[in-house]
Amino acid sequence: MSQVIARAEASDSPDVRTERGERAVFCGLTSIIWLHRRIQDAFFLVVGSRTCAHLLQSAAGVMIFAEPRFATAILGERDLAGMADCHEELDRVVGELLARRPDIRRLFLVGSCPSEVIKLDLANAATRLQGVHNNRLRISAFSGSGIETTFTQGEDQCLASMVPDLPELESGRQRLMVVGTLADIVEEQFRRHFAQLGIEEVDFFPAARADDLPPVGPGTRLLLAQPFVSDTVSALCKRGAKVIPALYPLGVQGTLAWFQAAAAEWGMDADAVTEALAIPVARANKALVRVRESLADKSIHFLPDSQLELPLARFLRDECGMSLLEVATPYLDQALMTPELSQLGSEVTLVEGSDLDSALARVRASQPDLTVCGMGIANPLEAEGLRTKWSIELIFTPIQGFDQVADLAGLFARPLARERQLEVGSWS
Amino acid sequence: MELTLWTYEGPPHVGAIRVAASMRDVHLVLHAPQGDTYADLLFTMIEREGRRPPVTWTTFQARDLGSSTAEMVIETLQGVCERYQPKVLLVAESCTGELLQDQPGALARGAGLTAPVIPIEMAAYTRKENWGASETLYQLVRGLLGGKARAADEGGEVKSAERKPSVNLIGPTKLGFRCRDDVTEVCRLLERMGVAVNVVAPLGATPHDLLRLPEADANVNLAPEVADLTCDWLRRQFKQPIIKTVPLGWGATRDFIAEVAEVLNLEIDPDTVGESRLPWYSRSVDSTYLTGKRVFVFADGTHAIAAARMARDEMGFEVVGLGTYSRERARDVRALATEYGLEALITDDYLAVERAVAELQPELVLGTQMERHIAKRLGIPCAVISTPAHVQDYPARYSPQMGFEGCNVIFDTWVHPLIMGLEEHLLTMFRDDFEFNDAAVPSHLGGEGAGAQQPDKVASITPTAPGTVAWAVSAEKELRKIPFFVRGKARRNTENFALEQGLTVIDVETLYEAKAHFSR
Repeated sequence: MSQVIARAEASDSPDVRTERGERAVFCGLTSIIWLHRRIQDAFFLVVGSRTCAHLLQSAAGVMIFAEPRFATAILGERDLAGMADCHEELDRVVGELLARRPDIRRLFLVGSCPSEVIKLDLANAATRLQGVHNNRLRISAFSGSGIETTFTQGEDQCLASMVPDLPELESGRQRLMVVGTLADIVEEQFRRHFAQLGIEEVDFFPAARADDLPPVGPGTRLLLAQPFVSDTVSALCKRGAKVIPALYPLGVQGTLAWFQAAAAEWGMDADAVTEALAIPVARANKALVRVRESLADKSIHFLPDSQLELPLARFLRDECGMSLLEVATPYLDQALMTPELSQLGSEVTLVEGSDLDSALARVRASQPDLTVCGMGIANPLEAEGLRTKWSIELIFTPIQGFDQVADLAGLFARPLARERQLEVGSWS
Repeated sequence: MELTLWTYEGPPHVGAIRVAASMRDVHLVLHAPQGDTYADLLFTMIEREGRRPPVTWTTFQARDLGSSTAEMVIETLQGVCERYQPKVLLVAESCTGELLQDQPGALARGAGLTAPVIPIEMAAYTRKENWGASETLYQLVRGLLGGKARAADEGGEVKSAERKPSVNLIGPTKLGFRCRDDVTEVCRLLERMGVAVNVVAPLGATPHDLLRLPEADANVNLAPEVADLTCDWLRRQFKQPIIKTVPLGWGATRDFIAEVAEVLNLEIDPDTVGESRLPWYSRSVDSTYLTGKRVFVFADGTHAIAAARMARDEMGFEVVGLGTYSRERARDVRALATEYGLEALITDDYLAVERAVAELQPELVLGTQMERHIAKRLGIPCAVISTPAHVQDYPARYSPQMGFEGCNVIFDTWVHPLIMGLEEHLLTMFRDDFEFNDAAVPSHLGGEGAGAQQPDKVASITPTAPGTVAWAVSAEKELRKIPFFVRGKARRNTENFALEQGLTVIDVETLYEAKAHFSR
């Protein structure tokens, strides 16, 4: 491990090329799909159009849940023409909704493209509604609009909107906050690892219950579980928290480095962490060996989508032996990616933004063994004879931590294994 | 502002994409923010299309607002013309694009593009997906044929005795319900009648094909939700009669044959055109158990109307509920419902449909993907008959809904989720059998029918008159002996009976009194 860190320090960050053109990504509303599973007593009310409602049910696989904890208040012509006061209408819809769902402890009003364009002030509406329903639940607003957020950024906006509600951490205490949604199983594992390292004061943000708000203050140390929480981090830092720079907990090395970075804040050196976590590390390495065989020496191209591209590319190259043809990401927050960038090194082709047709032309020209892309593009590429991994699965699957390393590699190995196994032709 | 959990139809621009994606040599430019591109996956994932729909999006972001969104439209249009060289360029906006008032249609016309431009107004805040598809097809056809008059008016009647009569099939699209196979089936049907199919549109058509539409003797309106407007315009413009019967079901297929024959002046005996196994399967004694099964029908207008007729007249079911989410077809569905002694449920509120199903306690639900979930939760068998549909409703095998083969497919599809006749009897006789009981799923369904394992939820979800009638323990116990697939109905009937009689407690006697009362 110390070797890996030394290499990171020695290498330069890659140059970033910025592209502008057609984008093929979900908007931030898509984050609601996993956020509403994570925060189990929250309701997400999108104020938008029929398109927003249709996106949510299409991305959610249409009707998984009988009565979901998300809905859309669809703006009609009367709202736009000013014949109906949008705020009065919203109050009415929220009243209706809360009458139906007495179990809800937190309501998010979620801004959309149309609500942003007509400048409907949902933050203001949230404050007003909080006054009305003060004793029942908390209400806040964030934007998941496509004009302002890309896919996973919706989670960032949601978490940032909760920061003002977080209680103050007692001064003089140091406490760890893990930021970004994790699967329950991963959270449990991480809690056990932190306990093994003697770090008992740990909060996960967001928590499974909306009322479980972690305290924040100058003693708060932020450890990022997800790379797309920029605005949340800024808001937390304004309240005194400090970020622990670290790789993201993807892969054995990433996860170990992540725990080492946290432990250093608690005065524990890297070797002691390696020793304390030796068993899960060994188990993860053993599980990874089998999957690694089918990935080693294969090439991969990342189209911009989930914002996880950099840490995933680092894992697939360093731990699975894949070669990186191009790593593209919808946007790049240099500050939150510094350790990943230096680990990736200067030889990687890194693209920020998107120009879909030219990116697809590069994929066709270089014929990668595997292309990571959004769901809408996967089948057309498969039909052209290319193997793909659609990236929303990377968000919906527990992939962080030691015991998920082989599962993570498996997500990439499966399309390749399928390619080897199938003896049939392609699309016609 | 309207509170919506799930929607039956997408926004109108999704309808426009369905038309564009159905055709060749057409490209659609949509002025829309990033994120709206999710619509691609409807085609590539749900329908497993191997090509991206021919749509390019401007994908503007907040930083582009107020300054450069109009330029983005022009750049996008020029890029599309260069890269794809479409024969026709459709230009439209999504809901957010509409708010910017960039007028992409006007921009396109002024941009000196190589491809002919047809702008489409989407009315995103008042209209929905099927309307969008209908409007797009209409604008396309009108845009291409608007300047033309009827061939007959120019050159006189060119019909010769030898020329085969021909029709166009209007309406089938991508993401429609079984359109791919329905087109094949209807073409076969027409071929056996000696009728040529001139153009199928929009599915598989090119703009050049649309120019040939006036050559046909009549238009077959296969999907009224999408094709009404276009068929009417073609009738007015080119005096082409419309064949309005949609061949969904055995009777409707024979009516369709008769209507085609009448419109085209052909002498055709429907018995020679084709046959289905449905009539015999329905008459065979094994099907006796289907008699009077209570079915609930909810779908788009076309499929709801067809399913109701099939259910009653061809399967021997009792239609206990009928509705549609297609407001454009509300009048037709209402009229049919009245004929069936019902009040039509016209709504796109999924919760209202769920309430209706829970109250009616049907034994079979014929609906969309949404009703599949409602039925699953309530433990009621269900078959999907209409969009919105999911990936399993775009099957690999040939499975049309229309024509005689469509009847065969539908017979199987509707009967499959039910418990088979003999099995139903055995369940009634030996309800406490340790391995063959309420909790057992129909034997041919394996784990698939898991919903049927929670029969008691049904009752708890539908407190017909909450708090007014109580069940004695003995009666509750007796109720449990009634097979689960009729238990909900028995509970509801007994409670209604008790209320009518002014009883406050239901005992075993009340249960059987009610049974006698309702078995008239």
